[in-house]
Order: sequence, then structure tokens, then C-alpha cells
Amino acid sequence: MGEHNYLLTVLTFFPLMGAFTLLLLSGDDHVWIRRFTLFASVIEFIMSLFLLRGFNLADSGYQFEEFYAWIPSLHIHYHMGIDGISLFLIILTTFLTPLAALCSWNSIHEHVKEFFAMLLVLEMGMVGVFCALDLFLFFVFWEVMLIPMYFLIGIWGHGRKVYAALKFILYTMLGSILMLVGILWLYHLSGAAGNPTFDLPAIVGMLRSGQISLPWHSELLLFLAFILAFAIKVPVFPLHTWLPDAHTEAPTAGSVILAGVLLKMGTYGMLRFCLPLFPEASHRAAPVIAVLAIIGIIYAALVAMIQHDLKRLVAYTSVSHLGFVVLGIFVFNPTAMEGAIYQMLNHGVSTGMLFLVCGMIYDRRHTYEFSELGGLAKPMPVLCGFFLFACLSSLALPMLNGFIGEFMVLIGTFEHHPAWAAWAATGAVLSAVYLLWAYQKVAMEKVTVTKNENLPDASPRERLILITASVVIVFMGVASPLFTHRMDATTNALLQQVGDRTGYAARRVAPQTARPMQHELALRSVTLERRAQP
Amino acid sequence: MFPPLQDLYRIAPELVLCAFGMLVMLIDPFVPAGRKRSMGWLAFVGTLVALASLRWAALNQGAAYSGLFRVDMFSLFVHAIVIGVAALAILGSFDYLDREDIQRGEYYALILFATAGMGILAGATELLTAFVGLEMSSISTYILVGFRRTVLKSNESSLKYFLLGSFATAFFLYGIALTYGATRSTRFDVINQAIAAHGAGPLLILGLGLIFVGLGFKVVAAPFQIYTPDVYEGAPTPVTAILACGPKAAAFAVMLRIFYSAFGNASHVWFWAIWVSAVLTMCIGNFAALVQTNVKRLLAYSSIAHAGYILVAFVSASEIGVAAVLFYLAAYAAMTLGAFLIVAHVGGTNEERLNIEDYAGLGAKHPWIAACFALFLFSLLGLPATGGFLGKLYAFQAALDQRIVWLVVIAAVNSVIGAYYYLRVVVAMYFHEPNKEWAPTPMHAPMFIVLLVTAAATIYFGVLPNRIMELALASARSLR
Repeated sequence: MGEHNYLLTVLTFFPLMGAFTLLLLSGDDHVWIRRFTLFASVIEFIMSLFLLRGFNLADSGYQFEEFYAWIPSLHIHYHMGIDGISLFLIILTTFLTPLAALCSWNSIHEHVKEFFAMLLVLEMGMVGVFCALDLFLFFVFWEVMLIPMYFLIGIWGHGRKVYAALKFILYTMLGSILMLVGILWLYHLSGAAGNPTFDLPAIVGMLRSGQISLPWHSELLLFLAFILAFAIKVPVFPLHTWLPDAHTEAPTAGSVILAGVLLKMGTYGMLRFCLPLFPEASHRAAPVIAVLAIIGIIYAALVAMIQHDLKRLVAYTSVSHLGFVVLGIFVFNPTAMEGAIYQMLNHGVSTGMLFLVCGMIYDRRHTYEFSELGGLAKPMPVLCGFFLFACLSSLALPMLNGFIGEFMVLIGTFEHHPAWAAWAATGAVLSAVYLLWAYQKVAMEKVTVTKNENLPDASPRERLILITASVVIVFMGVASPLFTHRMDATTNALLQQVGDRTGYAARRVAPQTARPMQHELALRSVTLERRAQP
Repeated sequence: MFPPLQDLYRIAPELVLCAFGMLVMLIDPFVPAGRKRSMGWLAFVGTLVALASLRWAALNQGAAYSGLFRVDMFSLFVHAIVIGVAALAILGSFDYLDREDIQRGEYYALILFATAGMGILAGATELLTAFVGLEMSSISTYILVGFRRTVLKSNESSLKYFLLGSFATAFFLYGIALTYGATRSTRFDVINQAIAAHGAGPLLILGLGLIFVGLGFKVVAAPFQIYTPDVYEGAPTPVTAILACGPKAAAFAVMLRIFYSAFGNASHVWFWAIWVSAVLTMCIGNFAALVQTNVKRLLAYSSIAHAGYILVAFVSASEIGVAAVLFYLAAYAAMTLGAFLIVAHVGGTNEERLNIEDYAGLGAKHPWIAACFALFLFSLLGLPATGGFLGKLYAFQAALDQRIVWLVVIAAVNSVIGAYYYLRVVVAMYFHEPNKEWAPTPMHAPMFIVLLVTAAATIYFGVLPNRIMELALASARSLR
């Protein structure tokens, strides 16, 4: 890979250097603190685009790999690398961070330096999570990232911010500590097989070659230890209660990052760890997880409808939309899986933009209550126009990004589980209901509160943010192959790894009647053909 | 008969510590009242010389005094911890003693004597030698705990510590007696051979149990932890810092030697006892800490919980287990010492500011102190990139390696419970507005150095732990 050898390390630690440099600036020099943060994060974004240039489409393995010994006594390595799954998640992260910095331009007044430093440290953690291929290294980034988020919510949030911050961090830690035990157990197993290591590819290789043999019940326990951590992060239905609080009380930048990137770490973890490490258990658990995902899609949509707080509503849309992603992962179908990965990116941009708009409204009115808003389209036509655009993107209007992802997930699911797809599709309908409803309550009708009559419209800075996001949304809506092509090799390889089967339910049905099987095969060949075309 | 010269080299650190201790006592009467701090510097030099003399001892490794004492990597490692703790605690005591108006030479002398006792514990390969070391460190610390003699609380905790400590020592002695009765020796290697030859009879098991009571008291393993919060709270805070790190490390060291080398062949006997004790220790420490409002008490309970995590590694009865215990002790010493000394600094005159609310707004008013405290708390909590995390990881891994899965799961869940109360302090420091005016005594160079060293060590153990782990592993291999 030559010239790119250090790119991932640079990408990961450049924000940290930025944060340290920031600490050298005078705390009162707010203007330069903001400018510097923006500058650093934009540079970071540009650097991350170099990943696209060097990325090899045909290679299904890890690229830009770096591998050094870190703690030899525990066989811990500094192993970084990306593939088609993590490539765009990194770019999403580096894309959203400058937007988050821009949107905090005038809304942060206290401890400005610390705020922006935290934002950059957070970026380091997020990029690190997506690059790490050593289980230990991954866990380090995974946990370290909690601290800046905890402070972002706790110091610069509003309302019951301390409660929300504590809930966020304790929930996540409870999940991840069991994952740590799981990681150590895998390490022990690899040691028992004669080659102790925390290296993910090595462990996957040993599992596949049978060097490590896992009885099914221990595989299931390990799978549970991992999936719990990720399901809390996503969050999957019964574990989602931390999310509305954290989102609502977080500052805008925090919400954008939280919804845009942090939630994706859960689904990313499922793809990166659960599936390749525990294929058998993944298949066994798939029906349960898929059903939970569907319940989450519908339940969160229903709950979103009755919210009277704009930000809380948007928070619940995340639960609903992430349900699609989880569903797409656990039907083990290339179309659905690519759709899921694409939906991760879409959700990051769309919901990020929704939160940005929320934040801009909050900057003006310092409330999210629907009763305090209403008729805002009159004083703020531009801002509300963008708000509508973000809603449409989020509710999956064709031609915009959300549509592609959701559609691919549904189509892929339908191939094997028509009923699941049908239930999930109701979520898509419901999302139109609550988002348009929200738009109606905020922007349309008459101005009910006199304070709202003379609100200033979007400033040039805000327009810049919103236009950037909108351009990306449209681009992702019309040029999706540019993205999905880069995922093809990886998703196919991953599905092959987990044994491209059709899930537990289908396997049970298959022996009884031969027809569905044939039907499936036919469908699959169609999919493959479609894939073979350039 | 005079012992061979090499044996003196082997106990050089103890000799140096005692010599400096006596020197301090001798010079102290001639030093005017206002300049007692110079005694502290003298003691500090003593600890540095003792650290340097470790090198001398290292060159003369082997058994000393016909098998009563042993210098090996293991004992050197523990020596380095306890002497390092003493050195940093001395530096951290200067301001405190001035503030409390108890700046006296004997304070420093007692620290040196206690440290010498801990050193003997670390190298003892015979039960009565261990007893001598235990007594030497205990009696010195009894006095240190009551050093604020005009303060009722300090007296109470000193008395409590003394009474319960004597009890524990008596148990320890009974244990020695019974062990001697069963094996006709107090030397670890002979006991080991006796067990290998005849197995562990009821008398021996009873003896081991009583020894565990005595040492469990020192390492604050449940159910012998009862005294901890009161004593830790009443003691002058720098002394609490020493209590939480030094004696614990030394007692764990001698416990490792007794359980692993003397009773190594009877590990099936003590496995479940330690297992249960580990669970109790972790749970009692963590759950009780949840409801504390006094930071000093909170850290006292946290130190109980951490003894539990160390016991998790202890249970594994393997080489990695020993290495994990040693690494944990080193990492734990750095973060706990730092945390308690910050409590001493923030506590102010008469230790008035010990409640969590007193920490409100510290992050905004004194960002560096708060940042250091946050670092220590995050490390105690077990957040990656800190020594505490690596310690826990190593301990869990050692236990998992022996397929002790459920204990590790309990420990893991416990560490999340622990997160709650550590974060409460962080919440106060950063998320709450200051509620009282507070101007701390300005931080002087010695305290600054202490914080710098402990914080740097905490990060070093977390990010580049390899060197220390290798040393710990080498120490574990040398354990006999």
C-alpha cells in the first residue's frame, strides 16, 4: 500500500493533536478556538477522502493495514485497517464533525475551549473504533469515546443533563463490560489453541479453520456478550431508554454526533464482530433480533407520534430507523446488508441534519416544545424549507438518500421473510406520518406565539451547514452505486463467511418443501447477476 | 555468629530505611519547631537511598539468613512499590502537616519504619519473619493513624485499628503455631514439602484459615474489612494514602508467598475460600460506596472493592495470576495515592471539605487538580488507557485463563457498579456550580511533583504497560 501506510493512524490521531493544540490557545479567544477547530476538522475530512482514492474495489479484505506490536506480554497489537463497511463510516464521521463544530459556533458560551477540545477527542475515538482490528484496541477506543460524550452532555447539555449523561455512560458501560469478558474469553481460547492473540482477523481465521472449536452454548454466550453491548449502543428495542434522554439533553453538536455516528457503532460492531466471529449463533439468534428490530421500528414510530418535544421526536426516529439497519443485517442477504450499511450512512446525514435544524430553532427560541413553536415558516422560510427537506430525506422520499437504503433492506428482507418486510414497511409509512406531522406543527399553520413573529431566518453560516448536508443527501440519493460498489466485495465476503444461508426460519422450512428453496436459489442467482453487471 | 556480609546486602533497603528512621529520631530534638520539614526531606532522601539500594540487593539475589528471607524479583518488585509509596506520601504530607500543625519528625520516622516492615513482609520466606514484618509495619501505622492526637476522630480510628489489628495479629500467630504443629517448621519450603508428602490435614487447614484471617485484615478482604472505612476516614489523609497502598501491597505479597509457595500444594483447599471472599469484598465495597457522601469514606470503600479485584487474580493460582496481582498493586498504588493526596489537598484545614458537594465546581476553578482527580477516578473506574483498566484486564485474564468464568463476570458487573460512585464525584467537579467560596492553600512544589508522578504513572501503566508487565511476569516466575 506504500504511501498510505500511515493514513489511518494519522486520521485517528490528528484530531487528538488538534485538541492538544487547542488547549494551548487562550481560553478567552473564542473566535480562534472555533476557527481552529473548524480548520482541523475540515483538514481531517479532506484527508479522509484520500481513503477513497487508494481504496481497492476488488479487495474484500482489509486495506490500509497497519500492524505493530503494542503490548507483547498480552499479545496486543496495534492493528488498524478498513474495508468496505468502515470506509464510509469514517468519512461520515469526518464529514459530520466540522458540521457539528459549525453549528456550535454561537450556541456554546461557557468553557468554549474545552467544548471544542472534547469534540475533537470524540472524533479521535470514533475514527479509532472504525479502524481498529485488534479487539483490545477496539475496546480502548470504544470506551475512551464515552468520556468526551459524557462531558458534552453533562456540561453543555440542557434540562436534566446530569441524569442523561449518567444514564448514557452507565448503560453503555454495562453492555461493554460484558463484551470485555467476551473478548478476554476469546483471547483465552486462542491461547488454548496455541496462538494467543487479540487480533480479529487471526481469531476469525482460527475459528473458521477449526483451530478453535466452540461448543454451541459457549458460542451463544459469547455472542450474547457482544450483541448486548452493540444492541445497547444501537439501540435495539427494549434497551433504547437511554437514547431519548441523552439526545434531548445533549447540545446540538452532541446530538448530531450521537445520532450520526455513535449509534452506527452498534450496528458496525454487529457486522464487524458478531457475524464473522459467531456465525452459528448469529443465525440462531437472527429471528429474535429481527423481530425485536421490527418491534423497535413500529414502537418507536408510534411513540414518536405522541411526543410534544421536537428533539425527543427526532430521537425516537433514530430508534425506528436503526431498526431497519439491524433488520437488514440479520436477514443475511447481500441486498439487505448493503442496504443496511447504506442506511447507516443515510441516517447519519439525514438525522444529523434534522438535529442541526432542531438546534438552530433552539438557538432562537430555547425550547423544543411544539406548543411554543408553530408557523415558523413565515418568519423563517429558508430554515423551514431545509427542515422539510431533512424530513423528506428521513422519511425516505425517492430520489433522496433514505429511500435507497430502506428499499434495499425491505427488498432483501422480502426475499426470505415477506412477513417481516411487510411489518417493517409499516414503519416507513409511519415515519411519513410523524415527520410531516412534526413539520406541520413547527412550520405551518399560524404563528401562535408572539415571540416567534420576528425570528431571524437562517444566517449565512447556517445556510452553509444546511446546504452542505442537503447536497450530500441528494448526491447519495442519485449516485448510490458509487457508494454501494465499494461495499460489494466486503459484504459478499462477509456473507460467505457467515455461510450465506437464509436464516433459521427458512432452514426449518426448507426440508419439508423443496419449492421455496428453489425459489430462493433463483432469486439469489438474479441477485448475483445483478451484481455481476458493472 | 555474625551473618555473612552478603545477607546484609540483601536486606540493604530495610537497613537503609531503619538507619534513616533512627537518624530522623536522633536529629529531631535538635531541630527548631519551625523547621521540622527538613526532617521530612531527610526521610525522603532515605527513601531514595533505599530505592537505590534495591539495585544492590538485586545484585545479591538469593536466600538470606538461612532461608528466613529471600531477595528475588518478586520481593524487589514489591519493595519498589512500598518504598515508592512512602517517598511520594512523604512529599505529599508536607503541606498537610503544616496545615494541621502536626509537623513533627517522628511522623516521617514512623513512615520509614513502617516501610521497612513492609519490605520484610515482601521478602519473608518464613512465617515468624513475616510476623516480625507485619508487626513492624502495623505498630508504626497504628501510631500514624492517631497522629492528629487532638482530634477525636483520629484517636478513635487509631484505637479501633489497634484493637482490631491486634486481634488479627493474634489470629495470625495462632495460625503459625498450628502450622508449625502440623509440619514442624515455619519455613515455606519445608511446609510445602510436608504438604506434598502428607497432604493437608485438618490442623494445617485450620492454621491456614487463621493465617488468612490475619492477612485478610491487612489486605481488607471481606469479611475482615469492617474497620476500613472508619480507620481510613479518621486517619490523617496522607496516612490513609499510605494505608491503602503500602501495607496492602506488602500483605498481598506475603499472602502470595504463603498461599502459593507454602500452601501451593493445597490450592484446592483455599480456592473456594478466596473465591467467596473475593465476591464478598467486591460487592460489599462497591455497594457500600454507592451511598457514601464523604469522599474519603467513598475511596475507603473503593479500596475494599479493589482488594476484591486483586483477589480475582489471586484465585487463579497461576504464574499469570501472580503477575496480575503485582501489576494491579503497582497501578493501584499510583492512582490511589494520587487520589487520596488530592483529597488531602482539597480537604483543607481540619479536613473540613470532604463531602462530595465540596467538590462542586472544582473543574472550573482549579482545572488541573480536577483533571488529575478525574484521571485517578477514571483509572479506579477502569477506563481504558489508564493503569486501572490494564490492571483489571490482566486480573480478569488471569482468572479466565484458569476457566474461572463466573467470578470474572461478577467482577465485571461490579466494576460497572463502581462506575456510578466514581462518576458522582466527577459529576460534582464538572457539572455542578460551586456552592461555597473556597481558596485552597496554594500547591507547593512537592505536592505538584507527587501529582505529576502519580498521574504520569497512571497513564504510563495504561498506555505502555509492557515493561511493567514483563517485570511482573519475571517476578512471578521467581516466586518460590
